[in-house]
Formats: sequence, C-alpha cells, structure tokens
Amino acid sequence: MSQGRVRLLQGNEACVEGALAAGLRFFAGYPITPSTEIAELLSERLPRIGGKFIQMEDEIASMGAVIGASLAGLKAMTATSGPGFSLKQENLGYAAYCEIPCVVVNVQRVGPSTGMPTSPASADMQQARWGSHGDRPAVSFMPSSVGETFDLAVMSFNVSEQLRTPVVFLLDEVVGHMRESVTLPEPGSVKVVDRKKPTVPPDKYIPFAGEADLVPPMASFGDGYRYHVTGLTHNERGFPTQDAKVATRIMFRLMEKVLRVRKQITFVDYHHVEDAEIVVFSYGSMARPSLRAVRDAREQGLRAGMIRPATIWPFPAEEVRRAARNARAIICPEMNMGQMALEVERAVGPGTPVLRLPKVGGELHTPSEILEAIKGA
Amino acid sequence: MPDIWKYIRKENLPHIWCAGCGHGIVMGAVIRAIDRAGLDQDKTVVVSGIGCSSRAPGYLDFNTLHTTHGRALAFATGIKLARPELNVVVITGDGDLAAIGGNHFIHACRRNIGITTVCFNNSIYGMTSGQYSPMTPKQKLASTAPYGNIDRAFDLCELAKASGATYVARSTTYHTTMLINQVTKGLKRQGFSFIEALSQCPTYYGRRNRLGAGAAMMEWYRDNALTAQAYTKIAPEERGEKFVIGDLYAADEPEYTQEYQKIIDRLAGGGAAG
Amino acid sequence: MRLSKPKKHPVIDERLCKKCNICVTFCPKKVLDARTSSAPAVARPEDCNACELCILRCPDFAIDLEEAKER
Repeated sequence: MSQGRVRLLQGNEACVEGALAAGLRFFAGYPITPSTEIAELLSERLPRIGGKFIQMEDEIASMGAVIGASLAGLKAMTATSGPGFSLKQENLGYAAYCEIPCVVVNVQRVGPSTGMPTSPASADMQQARWGSHGDRPAVSFMPSSVGETFDLAVMSFNVSEQLRTPVVFLLDEVVGHMRESVTLPEPGSVKVVDRKKPTVPPDKYIPFAGEADLVPPMASFGDGYRYHVTGLTHNERGFPTQDAKVATRIMFRLMEKVLRVRKQITFVDYHHVEDAEIVVFSYGSMARPSLRAVRDAREQGLRAGMIRPATIWPFPAEEVRRAARNARAIICPEMNMGQMALEVERAVGPGTPVLRLPKVGGELHTPSEILEAIKGA
Repeated sequence: MPDIWKYIRKENLPHIWCAGCGHGIVMGAVIRAIDRAGLDQDKTVVVSGIGCSSRAPGYLDFNTLHTTHGRALAFATGIKLARPELNVVVITGDGDLAAIGGNHFIHACRRNIGITTVCFNNSIYGMTSGQYSPMTPKQKLASTAPYGNIDRAFDLCELAKASGATYVARSTTYHTTMLINQVTKGLKRQGFSFIEALSQCPTYYGRRNRLGAGAAMMEWYRDNALTAQAYTKIAPEERGEKFVIGDLYAADEPEYTQEYQKIIDRLAGGGAAG
Repeated sequence: MRLSKPKKHPVIDERLCKKCNICVTFCPKKVLDARTSSAPAVARPEDCNACELCILRCPDFAIDLEEAKER
C-alpha cells in the first residue's frame, strides 16, 4: 500500500475503516458489547457518503436486512458478539446457501450464554464454521493487530464478493478494543473486488449456475433481471427442487468454489519454525503473548517457533502440517477449551502431541505462561 | 381486463395449493393490484417468509425472495432502505407474521417503512398440516389443539395500527374486488400498508372444524363479514363470529427511508449532523 | 351493426383446474355445472354476462372468458 496517514485507532475503528475502504454502504446491526463501537461509528460515517445505517430490532433482523441490502446491490455488513452470533445462524446459513456476499463481524467475548460481555474469549471459532444447520462453505479471517484488522476487513469484503459467500470476520475483545498506531492507505489506493455482474440478457441469466470459477454472476434486484431466491433447496434457476442430483450438484459446487481458491485466501505467518522443536499455534490477540514467549524461549536457547494463521476457515491444515513437521510438540494457547487444537490435531496426525493451553476466565494469556508451557513440553 | 399472465411464471403452475384453498385468489388480487397501481415489473420486489402463502413469490414474475420463517419484513427492510425506489411487497401468513414474525411486524409498522404487506390469514399453520396459529379462534380444533384452542387470537389490524402502520385494511377471498382495491391503495401509499386477507384452508382448518370445502368457507366469509359501521350497530353479545372488513385506518406520517434520505441530504449540503 | 358487446363465455384450462367448484358456486348466472372428475361444464354459456367474478375468484388461474364464436 502507498504511504498514507498515521492514526491511533481502536480495533473496532480499524474494522470500520477497512469496511468503508472496501466499499461498505449498508450496515444493519444491534448493540452488543464488545462490538457496539462498530455500529456507532457506522451510524455516523455511512450517511456522510450516501450509505445506509439501520439499528434493527434484533440480531436476526439485522442479518436479514443485510441479505436484503446485498441483493439490492449494496455491500453490506453486520457486527455482533457471541449471543448475537448465535441468533444470526439461520440467516447466515441462508446467505451461504443463496450465495449472498456479506460480512458478519463477531467480536468474541466470554461465553457461553451472556458470559462476560467486556472480557475476551476466542470461543466461537468452531461456531464460525459449523454454527448454522446443514452443510455450507465457510470463510473466516482473524487479525492479531489493529493494522491487520483494517487489512483483513478489506480482505473479508473482497473474498465475499469474489466468491459470493458470507465471510465471518472474527475479532476478540482484546483486538477489538485495543488501540494501536495504524498507517491508513490513501483513499482509493485499496484494491477492491466487486461481485461479477451478468453479461447476458435477462432471459439468458441463470442465477445459480457457476461459471468457470464456480461462482455465478449476481444480478441486483431492480436491474431488470427478475429472478427467484429461496432458502429451499433449489436448482440453478433458483426454484425449489427435490431432485437429489441437482441438490448434490449445487452443494458440491458451493464447497468447491471456496476450496479451489484456498491457497489464494490462506494467510499464515511463521516465526522461527524451520528448526523449531516446539511450535506454538496461535491466532488473534493470543498471538501477541505467544510471539513474546517464543522470542524469550529462543533467547534462552530453546528451539521454539510460532505458526499464526490469519485465515481460520478454510483451516490451513496443509500449512500447519508442513510448518510443524519437525516439531515434537505443538502448543495451542486459546481463549477457549481447545477448539482450534482439534483442527491442529487433525492436521498433524497422531504422531505429534498437541498441548492445549486454555484460558477461559476472560483473560489473555501472559508470555510467561506460554513460555512455561514451551519449557515443559 | 388486465393481462395478468405477464406477471405469472406460468411454467411453475399448477401451484402447490390445495383444491379450494384461497391463497390463489389472494395472489391473483395482489397481481391485479400491482397492475392497477402501475408498478414497474422490474422495480418490484416480492418477499415472503415460510408457509403456504409464502410460496406465492415463486409463481410471480418480479424480483422474488423467499426468506426464513417470520423474517420477510427484515429482509424487505434491507431491500427498501438500500434502494428506496424499489416497490417492496411482503406476502406472509398468519403464523409467519404473527408468531415467529411478530417482532419484525410491529417494528416495520413502527418505522412506517414503505412496504405493502399482505397477510394471507387462514387461521392455521397449513404447510405443516394444521397446527393452531396466533389467529386460530378460541375453541376451534387443530392438530395441536385437539381439545379446543384455549389461545385467543390477535386482531392483526389493531396490532398494526397500534404499532404505527399508516394504512390498515381487511378483506376476504370472497370480497375479491374490495381486496384488489385495498392492495392497490397500499401499493400507492408511501408508508407501511397492511392488508389482512382472510383466506380459506379447507384441507386442515376447514376439515378439522367441519366448515366445508373452499366454496362453503367463502360463503361463511360472505355471511359474517361486516363493515365497521354495521358492526357497531350490533350488540356485543350478539356479534358471535362476525368480523369487520374494509379500510380500517389511514394516516399520513413520514416514511422511514425518506426520513433517512433527509439525513443524507443534510450532511451532503454541509449541514450539521443533528 | 352491433348494438351490444360481443357475447363471452367461460373457458376452463383442465390442466390447471383443481375442481374446487368455487366458480360454480358463485356464478350469479349459474352458467357452470360441477362435474365429479373433471373441470366444471360450461352448461349455459349463453347466460354469461361477463361479470368476470369467476376469473377473480378462481384460485387456480384456470378460467378465462372467450368471445363466443359467431354462428
């Protein structure tokens, strides 16, 4: 990115800046700690650029309104935390199946249920993959810094538009609420991806037939392409079907349209993993104390390293397996009971022990805790 | 006689509704109202939830959206706010609107957002085979009220009015001409218009409660519907199952998306935010 | 020279008609007769006054009015 402006931003603010830079023009949401700043900032910013903001009556309605706005042609987003994320699941599944581009931000807090609204957790990781009933593809990113929050917010919109699929943008309360210095790119210098529009006339348009990239072009409501969208299992024309072959064909296409670009959307950082005996697998705000612990360990002569995925789903199994192939143990510090450790175990196989380091009391790991775990592994 | 076939996806007919079901009549009234109101077919969006009536958009040649149970108004709100120039029509049922959708119903009314909502009220959950709904009258039978319904029913029109809707009307499948006029009026108005259309379910509600086939149930509508004026002339203890049809309420209040546009315009003109 | 509107009578699309007989019940001129296993019969087409109520009240979009053929 070109030289821009230096600002002291809160993580939630950076999310807003990234979304706006990516073309966000519609937000529907409901206040919920620790995401509320996103709604408040957008209520102020969107009408200034002709965008639309609405505080809906609940999280379910917010997700519905976002889908409606996206079908009407606007890039749309909502933001929430655990309890609201749970409420959104049905409509999130609808958006995934009906291939509606949109971004759902979840600034994670301690759960389950009401939990600790002002304290951090990363306990919705598997929910971001599996929270809605039925099968659906999933794309999720999770930043570890305020600057990365801006970048990944832009990425969330671009991938959502490219693949015609909702993206769940995961933050945790630490990143959401902390403040860091960020160099914002010059307006207009950010690469923005827009959904493909049909190039054929309305009578030739097949709304759910994928092109070579398995993604169908998306006409906006009101632009002359009168088509049908339904959450019922549908065929390529968008009408309900009971035909097993058609249902299967569409399901496989939905999954494959994401998986075929997996490498393109997989962002992983590696620190000292080439000769690492102990690898720390860490993400989100947990990556900060993890990196400190790994550097301290190296200073003390221990061969420690860190893998830090910014792409959570599709899970970077291949990357984890490759980076940890020489490790004799992997440590997973998570603000949950080991949700991503499950994925790491599956990726590396039975030969490499995966040690969980759960912190579920609303506190972030300290570097010394992780260092202790490295030493004891 | 308008050519309504241009509004119908004929390749999807015959529709799924039972013989004698009133929903096809209400759908026909909605089409004729859209035609009479002169709406641009490309700029019209029909949104529905889940239930028998919510299958209607699949048969209609507009921008059509069949959403999740109870949530049509939420999706419709997003469409209308994103592109206020679009005509947004919501087709819903008594369960979809008043049970799971109740919250979205009262808030859409409250916002007075420019959406015309037609509730195909058959007083039952038809698609799932005949459970009681918030519109099933007391003492009627249903598959989940085998001993007689003890729930009272909403007055959907009173609920709409109390919540802030600025046009409220009720009609039936028998009173088709009146129904077409009401939906036409709603479509031409700016704010939130609500039309309740009583529609017979002969297969479940009718059969379970021995009300006869479709035609007989429409005769019952004919014999029990009264204008508001006539209704007030009957003593309360004599009213029985009689109900009121007609235009019930109309008011002029600012429409939601126009109010939001004022904020955008004020900010663009360099005005203060508040 | 014609002094009145051309006569019309109902025609029913057998494929769409679900035989609910709503049209039969409510025709003010009793033009139609119900039949057991097919669409209603247009028994008295000459009585049709083209009020179009059958079209408005048909749930199946199965009935329309056509001009009577000249004899």
